[in-house]
Amino acid sequence: MRTPDLKRWREPSTWKEAAYDPSVRATVFQVLLALAIALLAYEIVSNTVENLRKQNIASGFGFLSETAGFDISQTPIPYTSKSTYGAAFLVGLTNTLIVAFIGIVLATVLGFTIGIARLSPNWLVAKLALSYVELVRNMPLLLQLLVWYVAVLRTLPSPQEALALPGGGFLDVRGLHLPRFTLDSGGAVLAAVLVLTVIGAWWLKRQARIDREAGRSAPTRTSRVGWALVIAAPIVALGIAFAASSVTYPVLGRFNHEGGFSIEPEFLALVIGLSTYTAAFIAEIVRAGLQGVPRGQREAAAALGLSRRQALRLVILPQSLRIIIPPLTNQYLNLTKNSSLAVAIGYPDLVSVFSGTVLNQTGQAVEVILITMAVYLAISLATAAFMNWFNMRTSWAER
Amino acid sequence: MSIRAMMTALRFFCGTALQRVVLASLLLGFAATDAALAQASSPTLDTMRKRGILNCGVNTGLAGFAAPDARGRWTGIDADFCRAVAAAVFGDGDKVRFVPLNAKERFTALQSGEVDMLSRNTTWTMSRDTSLGLNFAGVLFYDGQAFMVRKSQKLKSVDELAGSSICVQTGTTNELNLADYFETRGLTYKPVVFERLIEVLAAYQSNRCDAFTTDSSQLVAERTRLADPENHEILTDLISKEPLGPLVRQGDAVWSNVVRWTLFLLINAEELGITQENVGEMRTSPNPEIRRIFGSGSTFGRALGLKDDWAVSVIETVGNYGETFERNLGQSSPLKIERGRNALWTKGGLMYAPPIR
Repeated sequence: MRTPDLKRWREPSTWKEAAYDPSVRATVFQVLLALAIALLAYEIVSNTVENLRKQNIASGFGFLSETAGFDISQTPIPYTSKSTYGAAFLVGLTNTLIVAFIGIVLATVLGFTIGIARLSPNWLVAKLALSYVELVRNMPLLLQLLVWYVAVLRTLPSPQEALALPGGGFLDVRGLHLPRFTLDSGGAVLAAVLVLTVIGAWWLKRQARIDREAGRSAPTRTSRVGWALVIAAPIVALGIAFAASSVTYPVLGRFNHEGGFSIEPEFLALVIGLSTYTAAFIAEIVRAGLQGVPRGQREAAAALGLSRRQALRLVILPQSLRIIIPPLTNQYLNLTKNSSLAVAIGYPDLVSVFSGTVLNQTGQAVEVILITMAVYLAISLATAAFMNWFNMRTSWAER
Repeated sequence: MSIRAMMTALRFFCGTALQRVVLASLLLGFAATDAALAQASSPTLDTMRKRGILNCGVNTGLAGFAAPDARGRWTGIDADFCRAVAAAVFGDGDKVRFVPLNAKERFTALQSGEVDMLSRNTTWTMSRDTSLGLNFAGVLFYDGQAFMVRKSQKLKSVDELAGSSICVQTGTTNELNLADYFETRGLTYKPVVFERLIEVLAAYQSNRCDAFTTDSSQLVAERTRLADPENHEILTDLISKEPLGPLVRQGDAVWSNVVRWTLFLLINAEELGITQENVGEMRTSPNPEIRRIFGSGSTFGRALGLKDDWAVSVIETVGNYGETFERNLGQSSPLKIERGRNALWTKGGLMYAPPIR
């Protein structure tokens, strides 16, 4: 085949010449394709609108400001049956975000622990971690959620025979009832101490870096005292704040435990189910990440006289993060999207409240499903963007 | 492709005025034939006849209304109404495909054409009749919302449930009535909401909630499914009116008439004493009202787009309204629900159908 001579290329002067010109052809085909896609999109939208109109089905987004008229069991933001469908949407969204956030934190902690345990030289620990991964990873999530909800939490005793927990809490079939702390005057003090602690920690870290760059690796007396303060101060402040705050203990009323802070069993089942399931996948990612660090790094760390723990913390883990973070992002996205299985166990998440109840009461399926899809897309893209940023920070500068 | 969309798409492509005139006249011709066709026939009936079977949306399993029996045959008053309509259209009550739908899916299934009609204990409300693009054909069962509680709680009225957890199915009028009732009385409660009735019942059985609320007929049916029905009672208070009836899509008046007049036929038949047993002899009855129904010389069937003996097929298949009720909900069923409000108007009830004449 003759390679095109770029130097001799010139503007096509006749129609025929233009028809054989690759760049003109490419442009024409791309324009045609774009037109076809635009036409298809237009056709879908106009057809939908026309069909809805023909069938006399209400359309538009006006329903969001209409009164909802139904109650929701878990309302982290103020909501009553007199609120609007828009407010019900926000409640569902908040409930989804709460489950996703807590689930991600728990799954990460559990997953890293099990992943590291998989590589433990202790035979029992390694095999236990292996069994956990293989058992949990290979069963459908929906089944696990139902097991947690129906077989575990549903078999708890009635409120009248609730299990008393240390510290004044109760566990029964209606959920977990904990004492509610109201931070009166202690709240401001606690907040101030926490802010000071964060500033202190940041300063200490900066000092440590300066020391390290100056070649002083051993912790100084000042830094020891500093870190002790940074850790102890908030704990003490928390203790004082709780001691000074008013506590309402859950008390058994006519039907339920009232007055305390109640966590619904549907929420418990969903968080436990999602985080234990995702943790199994994260564990494998962490194991792969740790094993992906070249053997020489471990040996070099040992040669430098670092202990196993030190080698893991200072040499292996930081390098393995580069391998771990991209697939970890996938798991976070999976967990968020899997939270829509909440509908199976009656937890009022976005899908259950909005594309369930609201869709049914308004009948505006197209709008409701569009909004729901847009929300999941936005949550996923935001999570991915954050993880990409984090990934950039942990990757090596020279790469 | 809709005409308006075609019009716009073509206008997009065709520049000259002349082209536009030609196209517009062509499209007008299209629109005219379209309108004429819509008046003369029923798209739903046409599709059904082509398919040879009625797709009827029913409950996923509610004793007395629609539930598969031990041999997998759908039984219940809702299921029988599907059979009655199939008999009216095809002359054969078995030409029904039952499509079980939960409360959440039902309207979308009907709107999208997955089913031809819903006969799924659905409450007739204004918003459902208007903004959903659906039409109710009438009332098959007059119901009201009630509460089931444990006898050990020793409750007398619904108001005593203040502070309790109450199980309810999502996407129902029950969910809305419950919120209204407690709101207007300034009482609090904790809703425990599930998508399927069976999940609601399981939650109530496991003590996840203190009360289970739904239409009273459903409570009677659901109570029999509890492990210990004798320890549960249904409070006598009713907090709403729930007229349950079949529904169809808006915009097909002929099909809507078929479903509505099948229901009216069942009620009229009971009033006139026509039963599954005597339908044969009744065809020669001297009573002009009965003769009109059974089509000797009448064209009522044809006016519905059906055969003239449609009424005979319907009564032969399911009997009159009273027979259907007794068989599925009344004394000859395990539920033993009284006729009460569902008795004929001549017997102190609300069942009243316009005359067939």
